[in-house]
Amino acid sequence: MTTLTSLFPLLAMALPILGALLIASRPAERAHRTAMGVSIGVLIIVFAMMSRFDWDHGATYQFANSFAVLPEMGIHLSYGVDAVAMWLVILTAILQPLCVLGSKTAITENQRAFYAWLTVLQAPMLGVFFARDLVFFYTCFEFTLVPMYVLIALFGSTNRKKAATKFFLYTFTGSIIALAGLIYVAFIATKNGAVAWNFDIDTLAAAARGMTLSEQSWVLFALMCGFAVKVPLFPVHTWLPLAHTEAPTAGSVVLAGVLLKLGTYAIYRFVLPFVPMAVVEYAGVIATICIVGILYGGLICWVQRDVKKLVAYSSVAHLGFCMLGMFALNMMGGVGSVLYMINHGLSTGALFLCIGMIYERYHTRSMQEMEGLAKVMPVWAFFMVFFTMASVGLPGLNGFVSEFMCLLGAFQSGAIGIGKGGTLGTLGPWYAAVAGAGMIVAAVYLLYMVGKVVFGPLREPGGHKDHGRDAHATDPSALPRDLTRREIGILIPLALGCIILGVIPTPFIKTLEPSVAAAISHAQTAAKDMLTAETPAPLQPAGLVVPTSPERSERNGAGPPLTSFGARMNGLKIAEAHP
Amino acid sequence: MNLFLASLPIVEKLRYLGPEIILFAATVIVMVVGLSPKREVRRMCAGISIVALILAGILATMLPTPPHSLLPHLMPFVKMLVAAVGVLLVLLLSGTVDRDYEASLNRSNTFDAIRSTRGEFYAFILFSLTGLMLCASADDLIWLFLALELVSLPTYVMVSISTTGGGTRSQEAGIKYFFLGALGAAFFLYGFAMLYGATGTTLLFGDGVTPGIAEVFAEQIAKDGSLGGIAMIGLVMSIVGICFKIAAVPMHFYTADVYEGAASSVSAFLAFVPKAAGFISLMLLLSVVGWGFGADHASLPDALRVLLWVIAAMTMTVGNVLALLQTNVKRVLAYSSIAHSGYMLVGLVAGPGAPGGPLSQNGLAATLFYLLCYGFMNLGTFAVLSCLERKPGEEIETFDDLRGLCRSFPVLGWCMVICSLSLLGLPPLLGFAGKFYLFTSAISAGEMTLVIVMGLNSAIAAFYYLRLAGAPLLEQSSEDAGIQGCPYKSRGFAAALSAASVIALLPFAGRLVSASNKATEVKPPRTVASVEADDAK
Repeated sequence: MTTLTSLFPLLAMALPILGALLIASRPAERAHRTAMGVSIGVLIIVFAMMSRFDWDHGATYQFANSFAVLPEMGIHLSYGVDAVAMWLVILTAILQPLCVLGSKTAITENQRAFYAWLTVLQAPMLGVFFARDLVFFYTCFEFTLVPMYVLIALFGSTNRKKAATKFFLYTFTGSIIALAGLIYVAFIATKNGAVAWNFDIDTLAAAARGMTLSEQSWVLFALMCGFAVKVPLFPVHTWLPLAHTEAPTAGSVVLAGVLLKLGTYAIYRFVLPFVPMAVVEYAGVIATICIVGILYGGLICWVQRDVKKLVAYSSVAHLGFCMLGMFALNMMGGVGSVLYMINHGLSTGALFLCIGMIYERYHTRSMQEMEGLAKVMPVWAFFMVFFTMASVGLPGLNGFVSEFMCLLGAFQSGAIGIGKGGTLGTLGPWYAAVAGAGMIVAAVYLLYMVGKVVFGPLREPGGHKDHGRDAHATDPSALPRDLTRREIGILIPLALGCIILGVIPTPFIKTLEPSVAAAISHAQTAAKDMLTAETPAPLQPAGLVVPTSPERSERNGAGPPLTSFGARMNGLKIAEAHP
Repeated sequence: MNLFLASLPIVEKLRYLGPEIILFAATVIVMVVGLSPKREVRRMCAGISIVALILAGILATMLPTPPHSLLPHLMPFVKMLVAAVGVLLVLLLSGTVDRDYEASLNRSNTFDAIRSTRGEFYAFILFSLTGLMLCASADDLIWLFLALELVSLPTYVMVSISTTGGGTRSQEAGIKYFFLGALGAAFFLYGFAMLYGATGTTLLFGDGVTPGIAEVFAEQIAKDGSLGGIAMIGLVMSIVGICFKIAAVPMHFYTADVYEGAASSVSAFLAFVPKAAGFISLMLLLSVVGWGFGADHASLPDALRVLLWVIAAMTMTVGNVLALLQTNVKRVLAYSSIAHSGYMLVGLVAGPGAPGGPLSQNGLAATLFYLLCYGFMNLGTFAVLSCLERKPGEEIETFDDLRGLCRSFPVLGWCMVICSLSLLGLPPLLGFAGKFYLFTSAISAGEMTLVIVMGLNSAIAAFYYLRLAGAPLLEQSSEDAGIQGCPYKSRGFAAALSAASVIALLPFAGRLVSASNKATEVKPPRTVASVEADDAK
């Protein structure tokens, strides 16, 4: 049924597209202002959605609606948001005006093109989170490539062409294989071609779960081809440092803040509910890849001398944690993982903004050339240290909560006994312990960077270094040494977000729980089935039947309490063994 | 057996040939009109052609359904498609010949009908399009052969006379095209002869009285479980010969040289018209055998399936990989057109799927729909090239020439960007819809490996399509490039129109998909057994 509120998502997507056309058709001087207006307009719509969102029923899709686009082939423009999608939409909407504001002095040439592409990029990003139809999702997922490609290739620094092409080709290649996998699922859903096709995500998920393990494994492989590139996981991450380093600041922020989340979100939305058996079977492999990424990313960061590259590689490590939590397949890890997506967007986005501010002033990103900037830029130094701490995971700031939950989830995942006997599919203390070492490495490289750049004897980069297209950046003399009020205004909302999510995360976690419970419930069921098939029933008193079905937890309004979750899974296994 | 006269009275057949008759009449008219000493009259050639095409397209909607055809609804769809793309092609081909001659006429007023080629050129265009329409109406091997040759013979001349003042490149291209075309024709003519030898008839399908090849095959399969060796060799040779028309491996060698040598507008013609004729002929020929083989009775006989599978995979891979190595945009587009033939072959391998199934599984419809998408988006890219020239008569053809086009020629630049991204298959453009349909049909037919090959090929293709889209959009044009627009406005109009259709046809994609699905409904051949069963009822 079309109600007024169900048009909000459409409105939020249409506004950037119309805005981009407006920017392209108006003189360049007004481009920045128009882009700002559009992004704030979207923010208002998203806040309106947020206020009307029924947070008690986070697992149900709200603002849902569907329009037939190509009904002959089962393609609909159907959308709706659950709690997880809602939070990511909010993140997207908040980052956008900050990006626009942050580009005010950085982009002085060809402003119309820059702001038009930056604005139009928002529509597909929102669309990915809104989508309830597979083809709609895929269209948005792919369409983010074009604006980002142009932003990097037109406004990046020296190596921008190569970076943009690499970015495009990596993601395009992966996602076309993912498309093949998704269409295969749709084919299965048509009962081997007997009925009309449908690309509704829930229908497909139900059909996909009926596949055999080997089918599921192939689909898992195909989907991971597409989504792991976007995350990016270890062996396919090589496009990321290049793209991040070469992109303009706003591009980096959007890339780190939102585009990478498209990958994690897609895995959360498609991989976990679609192919639960394969997920359980290969969780160990994927978790190992994540851990390799965490350690490898961390070690690379250690030797980086380019600040932006360092933060870029740290994203590889951070998202490794995020994925590790997701493949722990329990509430703790799942919620932690979703929280990680939001936190990473806030803190890494802010770090890129901070580095962009330095680059605007000194036209360098090299750690060798700048030292002890706290002496001349105390305000900047404060924010830099603050966001570094948030990124490292200092208790009290946001990074800590999610990182800890991901690790704890991985740690507990073995204790619930999925696949006893060390078969694949087991996460456990060892995974958490090795990944935990990554936290230490993270602390080392980030603190090393801060120690060098922020503190110590003052050494300002000398003069105007030619680091790529300086024509785009303003003359250093145009900006005061320390941050302007505009720049402080950009960083304060992000800092507030970090503090709020760090100090009182419980309300956020509560809102996420039902939705996450629904997403991982199938994987848990699969794990339980595979476990009971594998191991003889242990002799324990029966009767500890605990509901874990998503419907039940939805009705309860909130997920099961986190602390007792491991115990509940044990009980569930026992109850199942003695029907 | 009646070799040259099909069993239906010829008058009966004329009922299906209305569009062709209109085009043929227009052909005769433009040949005369093009010789007029008055420039205004000569200029009417294009207008007459367009009017004829539009009339033919309208008439195509009213065609009756041939009662015995295996693909009874194919005809109207193809003829409308030909009319629509034909109009764009005629717009694009304006000014391809006689440019210097017309300019010289401004100085001296003596018109020499011998030196004017305008009339013939438009006549050739219309002849070729007539041939393409005739392909769709074919019910006989001889008819099919003549129709295919009617498509090709005019194009040999069109290539040769296309660029004036550009040296001998176009003549060279014309000769290459002609000889290799003759080789291809020899192949499929030999194949057709074998089919006749194996079945004793040239009719593709029977008319209820006389059995055609399809019925004879059906009997043979019912009796022996497979086709005879001669018939199989005949089919294989026909397919390989037709590969020339669709520029598929192993008959693709001419493509890059010919497309490069001919004027861009003629290349656009070559990239669509013979290709469409080839695919329609392939559909007709394969429908004679049918897709009722294999374990689940939904694929071609193994030998043919493997042959087409290999040709498809090789064609897309060869096309895309070789396109990567090119610096000349026309060569890139030539190889890209080879690759797209490979994609379309995937639909033929997949086949029409189980009768009555959902339309997403109909591979023939996917091929037909992709042909339509390809017709528009590919025409757009060639049209942009033909709109711009470095100096009068010398069209642009390198990536450098395309640089900064979105600034210097915004409309043409954006046409290039949109059409290249659509060729790449980026959602939400028309090319994605086409590729998506091919994907769904191939996956329904269980051709997962082929789909993966196709996916990887799309990824390879991304590299050069990004260059094509990136050069106009992202790069700065050099000051001294001196690129100027050509004086023929209708070419730019054709470019804009095709780019617009790449976007504007999307809302109608559903209807187009349904239409192509209806066009490719395959009727099983009526065997003696089935006729008897019907009679018994």
